[in-house]
Parts: sequence; structure tokens; C-alpha cells
Amino acid sequence: MNVRSQIAMVFHLDKCIGCHTCSIACKNVWTDRKGTEYMWWNNVETKPGTGFPTQWENQDKYNGGWVTFQEKLELRSTSKTKTVFNIFHNPHQPSMDDYYEPWTYDYQHLFNAPEGNDQPTAIPLSLVTGKPMETIEAGPNWDDDLGGSPVYAANDPNLKNLPEDQRDQLFAIERLVYFYFPRICNHCLNPSCVAACPSGALYKRGEDGIVLVDQQRCRAWRACVAACPYKKVFYNWFTGKSEKCILCFPRLETGQAPACFHSCVGRIRYLGVLLYDAERIEEVAKRPDIELIDAHRAMILDPHDPEVIAAARTNGISDGVIESAQKSPVYQFVKVWKLALPPHIEYRTLPMLFYVPPLSPVMARRDGDTVDHVSDNLFHDIDESRVPMQFLANLFGAGHEGKVRYALAKQKAVRLYRRAVTVGDITMAMAERALREADCTVDEAEEIYRLTSLCTFDDRFVIPPAQREQAIEMMKDPHEHRQGAGFGFLTGPRRGL
Amino acid sequence: MDSWAHYLDQVLFAVLPYVAVFTLILVTIQRYRAQRFSYSSLSSQFLENRQHFWGLVPFHYGILTIIAGHVVAFLIPREILAWNSHPLRLYILELSALVFALMTLIGLLAGMVRRWTNPKIRIVTSASDWIIYLLLFVQIVSGIYVAVFYPWGSSWFSTSAAPYLWSLVKLNPDVSFVASMPHMVKLHIINAFLLIGFFPFTRLVHILVIPNPYLWRKPQVVRWYGKPKETAGGGA
Repeated sequence: MNVRSQIAMVFHLDKCIGCHTCSIACKNVWTDRKGTEYMWWNNVETKPGTGFPTQWENQDKYNGGWVTFQEKLELRSTSKTKTVFNIFHNPHQPSMDDYYEPWTYDYQHLFNAPEGNDQPTAIPLSLVTGKPMETIEAGPNWDDDLGGSPVYAANDPNLKNLPEDQRDQLFAIERLVYFYFPRICNHCLNPSCVAACPSGALYKRGEDGIVLVDQQRCRAWRACVAACPYKKVFYNWFTGKSEKCILCFPRLETGQAPACFHSCVGRIRYLGVLLYDAERIEEVAKRPDIELIDAHRAMILDPHDPEVIAAARTNGISDGVIESAQKSPVYQFVKVWKLALPPHIEYRTLPMLFYVPPLSPVMARRDGDTVDHVSDNLFHDIDESRVPMQFLANLFGAGHEGKVRYALAKQKAVRLYRRAVTVGDITMAMAERALREADCTVDEAEEIYRLTSLCTFDDRFVIPPAQREQAIEMMKDPHEHRQGAGFGFLTGPRRGL
Repeated sequence: MDSWAHYLDQVLFAVLPYVAVFTLILVTIQRYRAQRFSYSSLSSQFLENRQHFWGLVPFHYGILTIIAGHVVAFLIPREILAWNSHPLRLYILELSALVFALMTLIGLLAGMVRRWTNPKIRIVTSASDWIIYLLLFVQIVSGIYVAVFYPWGSSWFSTSAAPYLWSLVKLNPDVSFVASMPHMVKLHIINAFLLIGFFPFTRLVHILVIPNPYLWRKPQVVRWYGKPKETAGGGA
């Protein structure tokens, strides 16, 4: 057992209102520089929809992630030999057209235009060339709220194996449905971006598992952009360096939640430590699709188990981190309650961001009916939900419905139980039956309810002590840098020499 | 007049090479120490994907082969002469070298057209990029001219250019090998040293950081604070 700690995340999709506050918080802090305008380390997608970059889930087009080939795990986009031959031109690299050309508007013109018969307008100016843009063909959140659109929603790669009637149902007028899917870097356990980097510039931090690009080592070979199946590594066309979500590590190290977590209006985001067994990464990533979720859960270790604690201490994990792991809300959602599922685990990167699949909106296939809780099947509205189960399974279950249905049924049971407690139009006996059928207990339901609905800031974000400050002090004399320009970069991120 | 030409030959073929090589070594090291962030291939594939392929691929494969040919001819001139003793083998060598040179030229021209015509690519093209393009263009065109009009260079390289280069290496430059060369050959040599001298100030430094450790490192890279770098398992 090789215990490592990882800062992991849960996004509760039922609570996401699609306000994009997270994206704006991130953009304002990290990606408002030249060359990064088009990057959205955090973005919120409408599902069904094509996402950002367009159709990123279509790996036949982008070739991201891992595949198993003859018992071996291989990158889909590259290999050691292919890297040698493709280094001059990466055949799988997306171009700016797959994202969008960033622009601003000629606001000056509104003030400086000579007097005339017409109101002056502010034409769009490209942030790449500075020249006026004839047409704006795409932009951030270009398909926002366009559930039901034959151009965007209909081209969602997750619709591929849906039966005709379910697909039609998603697009039926007055019944069309969509939900929001906020995305950041998953800080995977088996990151394909790291494995693809010819320079070894990408790395995973040992202490907290954050995946970073070493800007001093990145040489713009661009392999990471192609290899990440979630398309969460971006190429800065100005500095010639790749950049990605850094999980706001300067904030985490000082005990603050990352900007997108902190600003989340719907309070959908949870963050905490998971302890996992690093020895099993390769073995788990090679499992068949249907076993992946269970295997992934199994490699997450119980932070209360004395054996795990001892092994963690041997690996230099401090007691403070172990304690945060014990209080981790992510551990509850992922491992104990099994409510949170990894996105597209079939890409085999073992993501460390988990999603509670959305239960709402339910019930619209029944015409004009209300939910009939007296019927024998308490969960029929899940099986007949407006968002087809197969669609959610393609997103969160590697195509298999079982784990998704389990998570939805448990959420439904908790709702029934709370309705029995607070409204009383459902008998407690029925609520308890629902809990039983959903593999849940009254105590667990109470806990799920508390962490879902009543969670405070400190419940949602259990940030481990970083102890990096001490580490620096022990190794370097701080007086060495007195009156100097500080640690780290002493020059701005310029292009070339 | 003769002494003036002799003096010029000394400057161009006995002084310039050392200035160029020392500039390369010193500036490269200092740039790596102080400006490591600036070491990048500055790829523009993200901004334009199609023409990039037709320019960059033939150019790189062409120029790498041609440079390798020059290095081999410099290192083992005798063996090259022996190989060329059969006319057929000589023709094969010369013809394939010419094909790769033309490939390089076509790639370079495609790259120049791309840089000039695509507005996005023009934005990310600096003055130093254009200087490299110019130097490379002169280098390749003069090389092809020499190959066509002064044929069997693979043979005469061994008896004139190789000894001259070796005299430079031995710190005892002997310009007599090159003094009597045609002007185009001299241009090819001088321009090569200009390229070497200008190299460390440009994006060409990406050649020096080719990522060979990738071929034997493990797929996953983990860094611990205050501990040496570690690579770990994962996929192949």
C-alpha cells in the first residue's frame, strides 16, 4: 500500500443554477492575460450540448485519454514512438477554431465617432489580431441554455447510443430538458496530459495531487492539449506555453477555497482530501468499463482504518492531513454514500472530481400527472425521468446505468424521507421503505440532507493544512531574499527572448 | 588587392566561426540560466492547423536529413569517398540529398507564405523570426545552387570542407581550403556561421531542449516539495 493524499472535489449538479459565477471568478483571477483570453479553466456547459471546445467528448475527433490495448494502457493521441515523428506537427491538436477567437469591442468609437445621422456602434475587434471581425462564429458558453437545439444539443456525443424515442423526448417541444455541467480540471490520478508531455513539464504534486504545468519546462510541444480527454489543458498562443487549472493552489496553501468554489452561488461545490493507494493506479485504469467505478472507489482508502493511517504516516502524510481526510465531505459523497460519480471514467484517467447526477427535473413524460407516491414502484419517476438514464449513464457511468440509478434512487429516497418529516403528506412507513429500497438508512438520509442542504462553508470545504511555509523556512534562509524581488518569476510571461 | 582579399578571408573563415560558436555557447547558457521561460518552440499550430502541416513537416524532415549528411561527411570523409567510388552510389547519394534539400526549401517557402498571409500567424511572427527565415532561405538556396552547379559535393566536401572544419576544431584555422572556393560555396559557409551566431537569440533554441528523456521516463511524473523528482507507474 502506497498511501497518497489528494485534494478531491464533488459538484452537486442538482444545485447548479448555471449562473457562471465560478467561470467569472476564475477568469478574473487567472486568465485575463494576453494569450489566455479564450481559456476557461472553469466553464459551465449545458447538457445536452456540444460543450467547450466544441464536442470535446467526441474522442474519435480529439483522441484524448487512455485506451487498453493488448493488456496495456496506452494514450490514444500519442506514444513514445509517435511523439518522435509527430513532434513537428501534432495531428490531434485542436486549433482555435475548435474553441473560439476571443474578441472585445471598439468601445472608443462610441465616444470618438464624428457626429452623424446614425448612432455609432462598437464593432468587434479580435483579441488575437486586433482587426475587426466580420462575424463572431463562436464564443464562451455559445450553446448556453440551448437544450433542444438541433445544432448544439442534438450534436452532444453522449446521445450516440440513445434509443430513438428517448432522443426524441429530449427534443420534444415544451418538454425539452437540460441541466448544467460545470467543469474544471479533474486533477486525475492517472493524468494523460502528464503522461504525454515530452518535456516532463506537467507533474502531479505529491502532497495534494494537484496537476500543474511547469512553465519553465514547457516547450510548446502541445501533446498535453491533445492527450487530455476533458480538454482542460489550454495552449497560450502568445507565450508559447500550455496552461491549466491550478486548483488555486496559492489559495489552498493559505487555507482558502479555490475561487470557483468560494464564489459558487448554488453552493454546489465540495472539496476535501481523499487518501488513495497509488500502487493500484495502473491496475485500476486497465479494468473493463463496467468495473471502473467500483475499482476507482476501492482504491480510495478509509481514513479511519488504523492500517491506512499507519501507512499514510510512513509516507510522510501529516496528522493534520489525515484528520482533514477523516472530515472530508468528498469521502462521504463518493465512498460512503456512493452518490457522486466520476465524469467519463471510460477515458481511464481516474478523475478526482465527482458529480452528484441531477435528479431534477423529473417527471414530465407523464402528461399532466403528479408524482403518485402510492404506486408500488417508488422510483418509477427516475426510470421515466425527463433526462434519459442512458444519457446520464454515458456521462457518469461509462455507459452503464446501474451506478447512476443507485445515486438517483438514493437522492429520491432522501427527498421522500424529508417530505415525510417536514410536510407529512407521505407516511414515514413509506419513506422508510423508500430508504430501504435505495440502500439507505434514516441516519444516512439525515446526513445526506444536512451536507446537501444545510452545509456551511466549513462543511463544504475541508482544506488540509499545507505546511509548505515551514518547509520553505527549513530549507532556505528567508533573509537571503531580503530586499530582493521575491521568489519565483522575476520576469513577466513574455513571448521569446 | 590580394592582401585585402586574404585579410577578408581570414576574418570570414578564421575569426567569424569562433565568434559565432562562442556566441552560441555563452548566450545559450546564460539564456537558459536567466530566461528559461523563453525556451519554447513557440508553436503556432494552435492558430492555424492545415498549412502548418505542409510547411513544418517537409521542412523539419528535410533539414534534419541535410544537417545529418553534413555532419557525417565531416566526421567520416574517407568512408564517404570510398562509398562514392562507384558512380551509381554517388548518384544515389547526391540525388537523395538534392531531394531532401528541395523538400526543405518547399517547407520553408510554405512556412514563409503562411507567416505572411495568415493574419493570426503574422501577429505572432517577430523580427527575429523573419531574420531566421531569411538566413535559412539564403542557406538552402545557396546549398541547392552549389549542389546543382558544382556537382559531386559529397566527394569534394571530404577533401576541402571537411579538412577546413577540422582545422577549425583543432584551433588552427587553415583558410587555404576555402579561399579558392566559388563564391556561392563561400556564401554558404559564411551564412552558416551567421546562423550559428544568431541561433541563441531566436526560437531556434528549441532544438537544444529536444525532449529525449521522454523516451525512457515512466508515464507519470510526481514532484514532492523538497524531495528529488520521482516518476511513477500508470500507463505505458
